[in-house]
Amino acid sequence: MDLKELYQEIILEHGKNPRNLGKFENFNKDAEGYNPLCGDKVHVYLKLNENKEIEDISFEGHGCAISMASASIMTELMKDKKNPEVKEILNDFLGMIKQSPELKSQLIKEDEKTKLMSLSGVKQYPMRVKCATIAWHALASAMNYKKDENDNEKFI
Amino acid sequence: MSIKDIKKEFPIFNNKIQNNDLVYLDSANSSQKPQVVVDRIYDFYTKEFSNVGRSIHYLAVAATNLYENTRTLVQKYINAKDKNEIVFTKGATEAINLVANTFGQKHLNEGDEILLTELEHHSNYVPWHYLRKSKGVKIKFAEMDENGDVTLETIEKNITDKTKIIAITHLSNVTGAILPVKEITKLAHSKNIPVLIDGCQGAPHLKLDMQDLDCDFYAISCHKMYGPTGLGILYAKKKWLEELPPYQGGGGMIREVKKEGITFGELPNKYEAGTMATAQVIAFGESIKFINKIGIENIEKHERELTVYGEEVLRKNNSVKLIGNPKDKGSVLSFTLDGVHPHDIATILDEDGVAIRAGHHCCQILHEKLGLSATARASLGVYNTKEDLDQLNESLNKCKKIFS
Repeated sequence: MDLKELYQEIILEHGKNPRNLGKFENFNKDAEGYNPLCGDKVHVYLKLNENKEIEDISFEGHGCAISMASASIMTELMKDKKNPEVKEILNDFLGMIKQSPELKSQLIKEDEKTKLMSLSGVKQYPMRVKCATIAWHALASAMNYKKDENDNEKFI
Repeated sequence: MSIKDIKKEFPIFNNKIQNNDLVYLDSANSSQKPQVVVDRIYDFYTKEFSNVGRSIHYLAVAATNLYENTRTLVQKYINAKDKNEIVFTKGATEAINLVANTFGQKHLNEGDEILLTELEHHSNYVPWHYLRKSKGVKIKFAEMDENGDVTLETIEKNITDKTKIIAITHLSNVTGAILPVKEITKLAHSKNIPVLIDGCQGAPHLKLDMQDLDCDFYAISCHKMYGPTGLGILYAKKKWLEELPPYQGGGGMIREVKKEGITFGELPNKYEAGTMATAQVIAFGESIKFINKIGIENIEKHERELTVYGEEVLRKNNSVKLIGNPKDKGSVLSFTLDGVHPHDIATILDEDGVAIRAGHHCCQILHEKLGLSATARASLGVYNTKEDLDQLNESLNKCKKIFS
């Protein structure tokens, strides 16, 4: 295990200065992710337009560097994404955190992949996986995605 | 025995944990086990195993004697009047559930009040919570002050003529506050209110004397006392155990079972339904002997010295904020570190072999009061040394560096 892999510069920077932090006025979807282990909470707010496009996204919450950075990177990435794309990216990220060595979705640009992959260090820290995924699960609930019955980390 | 020698009794410290020497600072969560306890479990299963209290063959009788021998050891350890005042449970949680359930069933009615404190672990709140729905009782929380203490005066202020039971921690697992439980019990008894003490953090660190404390119920967690998991103890005054209804039904706790009715067994069988954690009970006898060999007074002295040292070291570290400054403090050091979330602290410390706990420590009411979702906690046991606390401080400085 290597702490430098877990606490990469990108994570520390996003953890300290999270993007899209704070509730915005005209959201129309929201959901809360909660980690009962540590009591950390991440609340995701969305403005979803008629085309099921995320016009705006933000989050509120308190938590560790990993959960804050993950929420920050997620909100940056998901802005202006449309519904089926959102689900594809979400599943790709959760698959990567759980097992896959890389991100496969063509919808994610290279620089975005680099940011997301900075969170891959948590794989070696099973107790911290939830920290990296809490915001993503909240997004899935806000989007009304259902969990795959056979795979807790996949949405259908 | 010197501390160096004591540490040698715990086999876990012979192993490298992720290539590090283990600095174990999570004893309030659960303590490590001395070799004698581990051996006792092995020996029982390999040479002496049988169920207890039922069959009359040689092994059954021998196992029953060993099992009952632990009950006597516990009785002496806490100075209970009668060995039948010692009930084995699956944990302190079950011990408290037992009282909440049976006392609640018999003595609580709509509008009655249960008085807890804001310091309580979830296991001394959630069991009482069910009585809100089933009985319509009210739960009150005596407030924690800015030092992390709950004073006698605050308890007194919260007692009304509706208060039917007071359930309080002996030693807070977050602020380390040692409550004036003897005085609280005296006050409660003057108003005919029984007292339950959650002794999870008290029993491993403080000398106990039930005759002096005079409480009605005292719950103990064996795995925090260098003993096996899956075992707790409820001490209850005999009058309560005789008067309250049984908790769980099953084999071993009955006197006679007929289609038209059942009569229940004598104490302590009445509260020990089914096959109990036999090996754990027998091994726990070794934990008590281990503590007795060192002397609980010596353990307390050692841990108090270390706590003072730990506070000194952490106070010198400008980024650390200690949580709680109670008048009388047990060996718990809860803290926050500027700009670093407790979970990140725990992960980084773990890399150096330093095991602490981060989170709400099953005390969300208390953390809400502190305005924090989580804290980091270093808690001590008999095997800890000043070097452990120096290592803690050094690793905290590493956290700061990573997050600077």
